Amino acid sequence: MPDVTKSQSGTAVDTAVDAVAPPTEVDTAPATGPAPQQNKPRSLWGDAWFELRHRPLFWISAVLLVLLLAIAAFPGLFTGADPRDGDLTNHFLTKPELTHFFQADWFGYDGQGRSIYARVIYGTRASIMVGVGVTVVVTLFGGLLGMVAGYFGGWIDSIVSRIVDIFFGLPFLLGSMVVLNAFTERKVYVVIAALAFLGWTTIARVMRSSVITAKQADYVTAARALGAGTSRILFRHVLPNALAPTIVVATISLGAYISAEATLSFLGLGLADPTISWGIDISDAKDAIRDNPHVMLFPAGMLSLTVFAFITLGDAVRDALDPKLR
Amino acid sequence: MGRYVARRLLQMIPVFIGTTLIIFLMVHVLPGDPIRAMWGDKAADPAQVASLRHEFGLDQPLWKQYIDYMADLFKGDFGKTFGGRPVSEEMGMAFPVTLRLAAVALTIEMIVGIGLGAWAGLRAGRAADTGVLIFTLIVISMPVFVLGYLARFIFADELGWLPPNVQDSMDIQQLLLPGFVLAMLSMAYVARLTRTTFAENLRADYMRTALAKGLPRRRIIGVHLLRNSLIPVITFLGTDVGALVGGAVVTEGIFNVQGVGNLLFKALGQREGTTIVGVVTIFVLVILLINLLVDLLYAVLDPRIRYA
Amino acid sequence: MTTIEKTADDAARQGAGDDGTPLLEVRDLHVEFHTRDGVAKAVNGVNYSVHAGETLAVLGESGSGKSVTAQAIMGILDMPPGRIPQGQILFRGEDMLTMSGEERRKIRGRKIAMIFQDALSALNPVLSVGYQLGEMFRVHQGLSKKEAKAKAIELMDRVRIPAAKERVSDYPHQFSGGMRQRIMIAMALALEPDLIIADEPTTALDVTVQAQVMDLLAELQREFNMGLILITHDLGVVADVADKIAVMYAGRIVETAPVHELYKRPAHPYTRGLLDSIPRLDRKGQELYAIKGLPPNLLKIPSGCAFNPRCPKAQDICRTEVPALVPVTEQDGTELPGRGSACHFWKETLHG
Repeated sequence: MPDVTKSQSGTAVDTAVDAVAPPTEVDTAPATGPAPQQNKPRSLWGDAWFELRHRPLFWISAVLLVLLLAIAAFPGLFTGADPRDGDLTNHFLTKPELTHFFQADWFGYDGQGRSIYARVIYGTRASIMVGVGVTVVVTLFGGLLGMVAGYFGGWIDSIVSRIVDIFFGLPFLLGSMVVLNAFTERKVYVVIAALAFLGWTTIARVMRSSVITAKQADYVTAARALGAGTSRILFRHVLPNALAPTIVVATISLGAYISAEATLSFLGLGLADPTISWGIDISDAKDAIRDNPHVMLFPAGMLSLTVFAFITLGDAVRDALDPKLR
Repeated sequence: MGRYVARRLLQMIPVFIGTTLIIFLMVHVLPGDPIRAMWGDKAADPAQVASLRHEFGLDQPLWKQYIDYMADLFKGDFGKTFGGRPVSEEMGMAFPVTLRLAAVALTIEMIVGIGLGAWAGLRAGRAADTGVLIFTLIVISMPVFVLGYLARFIFADELGWLPPNVQDSMDIQQLLLPGFVLAMLSMAYVARLTRTTFAENLRADYMRTALAKGLPRRRIIGVHLLRNSLIPVITFLGTDVGALVGGAVVTEGIFNVQGVGNLLFKALGQREGTTIVGVVTIFVLVILLINLLVDLLYAVLDPRIRYA
Repeated sequence: MTTIEKTADDAARQGAGDDGTPLLEVRDLHVEFHTRDGVAKAVNGVNYSVHAGETLAVLGESGSGKSVTAQAIMGILDMPPGRIPQGQILFRGEDMLTMSGEERRKIRGRKIAMIFQDALSALNPVLSVGYQLGEMFRVHQGLSKKEAKAKAIELMDRVRIPAAKERVSDYPHQFSGGMRQRIMIAMALALEPDLIIADEPTTALDVTVQAQVMDLLAELQREFNMGLILITHDLGVVADVADKIAVMYAGRIVETAPVHELYKRPAHPYTRGLLDSIPRLDRKGQELYAIKGLPPNLLKIPSGCAFNPRCPKAQDICRTEVPALVPVTEQDGTELPGRGSACHFWKETLHG
C-alpha cells in the first residue's frame, strides 16, 4: 500500500478521498477479502509455504518422495534379495505372497525367476536419477539461455528464439527415440543427455517470457534509475521474480521425464541391461500379463506411484506459487 | 491476415530445415552400418556392400546426402526403403490409419476432457473438483504403455468387450480402445486446463456483469464463460499434437495398429534411415501447420488478437 | 434502531412524489466475508432508501463497504465467501433476500440495473457490443437476433455513440474508455429499469470525459424518472448530481444529509476531514489537510466508533461505545430533515 502522505500531491481538485486512501478498490474484490494492513507482511514464498502446508496432496507426495529418495539411495536397506539373481527352477513366475512383507517373494517372481520386489526396489535409482538429472540439466541450460535471451533481447534473443523454435518443433518422445537409437550403449547419462537435448526448450521459453515480464516491472525501472548495474538488476530483481514459473514447470516436468524414460526403456530404446529399469521389466512382462498380471502390476504400479509423487508435488507448488490459478 | 500467414510460412522454413537436419544427423551418425547389418552374421560381399552403399548415396559426404535428400523431398520423393519400396508408398498406407486413430483420440479427448473440466471448474473447491483433480493426477502418472496394457487387460482379456489386437487397422470400432488409451493423457491435461480457465473466468468482471444483466445461468455459462474459457484449451490441443504423435508409436505397438508409429518403430529397429527421416519430417510438417492453424483459430475466437 | 428508522422516514418524506414507499430500502444490512485470516465484516448495519427520480450518493473510501452493499442489492455477491447474516433489502416493499433465485434474476437487469467501474473488464471481451446489448432484449423480452440488433443500435444512438450502425459489431477493446462506459450505461438502460446502481462510473475515465458521462447519466435519469444510487469516493462528482448523500466508514453509515447541507456543515469529523482534504485555490500555499492513519482493517474493526483512532476529536467514550446514527438538529432544536450523524459529538462538530 502506498504511503498516505505521498498521495497528498494529487492534483485533481476532486480526489479528496484519494488523499486519505490509496485508490486501489479493495471492496470490489471480495473473493480475496479486504487486505489486512496491520498483519505481518506476506511474501510470495511465505504465502506459498502457507498454502503448501494446508494441502493434504502436498504431504502425501512429500512423504512418498522422501521414501523414494531413500530407496534410490540405499536400496539394500529395503531388501536383502539380489535383483539379478534368477532361479528358474524354483521361482519361475511364482505368484506374490502378499503377507510376506519386505521378503523376496512379497511381489512374486518374474519369468526369469527373479524377485520382483527386489527389482522394483533396485529399479528406483535409475528412474530417479534420470528424472532429477534431466531436470537439473534442463533447468540450468534452458534457464540460463532463456534468461539471457529475455533480458538482453535484440539479436541474442532472435538467435536463441530460433534455436528454441527448431528444437520445439521436434516431438519430445519421438525425437528422443530417434536420438537414442543412435547410441548402442545406453547408460543412465546417455538417456539423461538425450532427454535434456530435446527437453530444454520448455524451460527456456518459460524463463524468457517471465524475465521479459519482470524486466518491464516498475521496480526494475526504479532500480535502474537508481543506478543499479546489470548483474545486480538481473540477480537481485529480475531473477527472483521470474523464478516461480520456472520452478513450477521444472517440478512438473520431472515426473514427465521419469515417465518418458520408462516408455523409452519399454520400447527398448532407453536404458538397457544390466541397468535395472521398471520400463524394461514391464516390457519383459508383456507376454506373461494374461496369466501372470503380477509380473507387470508391481513395476508398473511403482512407476506410476513415482510419477504421481513428482507430478503432485509440482501441482501443489504451482497452486501455491500462482494464487491466480487457485 | 494473408500477410501474416505468408510471414508465418516463411518463418517455418528455417525451423523445418533445422529440425530435419537434426533428425538427419541423428539417424546418419549411427555408429553401426545398416548395410552391413542386412547380412546379419553372414559374411557380406564387399563389392555388393559398396554398390548398395552407392545406391543409397551412403558413400557421399553427409552434407551432400542431406542436400540430395531435401532436393528429392521437394519433388515429393521420400527415397526408398532397403527393401526397395518407395517410402512414400509405405507412408501412404500407414498415415490414414494413424489419422483415424488420432481422430478417435482427439474426439474422446475433447468431449471427455472439456466436459469433465467444465464440470469440475463450476464446482471449484468442492468434493467433485477434488475428485476430478485426483483422477487426472492418476491418469497423468500412468505412462501410456502402462495404461495401454491395463486397458487391454481389463477390457479385452478380462471383460472381453473389445478385441485385444486390432485386426483391421482401418476399422474405427476396433480403433476405439487404442484411441481411448492414446487420448487419456491429453484428456487429463485438457480437463485440468478447462477446469482452471473455468474457475478463473468464473471470477471475471464480465461474469458479474452477465449476472447483473439477469441472464439465466445456462446462458451465462454456455455463452459468456465457455467462449472465453475454450481459447486456451484450443491452443493446448494444437501444441499437444506432438505428444499425441509420440503416444501413437507406443499405442500402435501395443494394439498392433498398422500405422505410422508402427512403421517408424520397425524402421528404428532396422536402422532404416530413409523411413525414419521421412516419417519424422512429415510429423514435423504436420505439427508446424497445425500450430499455424491454431494461431489463426485463436484470432477467430479472440477478437483482441490482431495479426499484422 | 428506532432512531435509524426515523432518519429513514425523514428521507422518505424528502423524496416525495410517489405513494411514499421507497423504490429501494436497505434495512440493517450486514455482510461478512469468511477469509483465511478470519471474518471480514464489510457491512455492519447499513440503512438507506431511494425513491423514484432521486439520486442517492454513497460516499466512502476503499473498504468502506459501499460497493459490497451495492453487490448485495444486485444479488451478485460471491457467496461464499460472502454471507448476509442479517438485514433486509426491500424493492418496492418486498424483501429480495427471501426471494427465489429465479425471482431475483427477473429483477436483475429488468428492474434494477448496474453500471460497473471498469467497463473494459466488465464487458465480455470476445462478444461484440451489439451482441451484449441485444442480449438483454433476447433474454428478457424474447426478441429475435435481428430485432435485438436493431434495438442495440437504437440504444447506442441514445447514449450518443457516433456511427452506432457501423460500430454495433465492434468489440469492447475497439472503443475508447468513455465510449465503453456509454455502452455500459446503454446496457443498464436497455430495459428502462426503475433503479440504476452506478458503482464508480467515472473513476476510470479522464476528467473531461467524466463530466460528459455524468451529464449523460443524469439526463437519462431525469428522462426515465429512475432512482439512482451513485457509489463514489469522489466528492466532486457528487455535488452536481446527487440529492442526498450517505457517507460510509468501515461498513457503517456515519452521516446522511441533503447534498448541499453536507458541504456547508458536516456533522461528522470524518466528513469534515474529507472536505478539508480537498485542495482549494483560496488556501494556496498552505499545507493540505489529510486524515491521519489508514482505513480500518475489516478483520479487526476498532471498538467503539470505528473512526476513533484517526479522529482528532476522539474521547474515551469513542473507544468504548458505538455511536448510533441519530437525527441532528439545529442548536435551538429545530429539525434538520434528512440529516443524521453517527458521532457522539455531532453537536460540537456541527455547531462548534
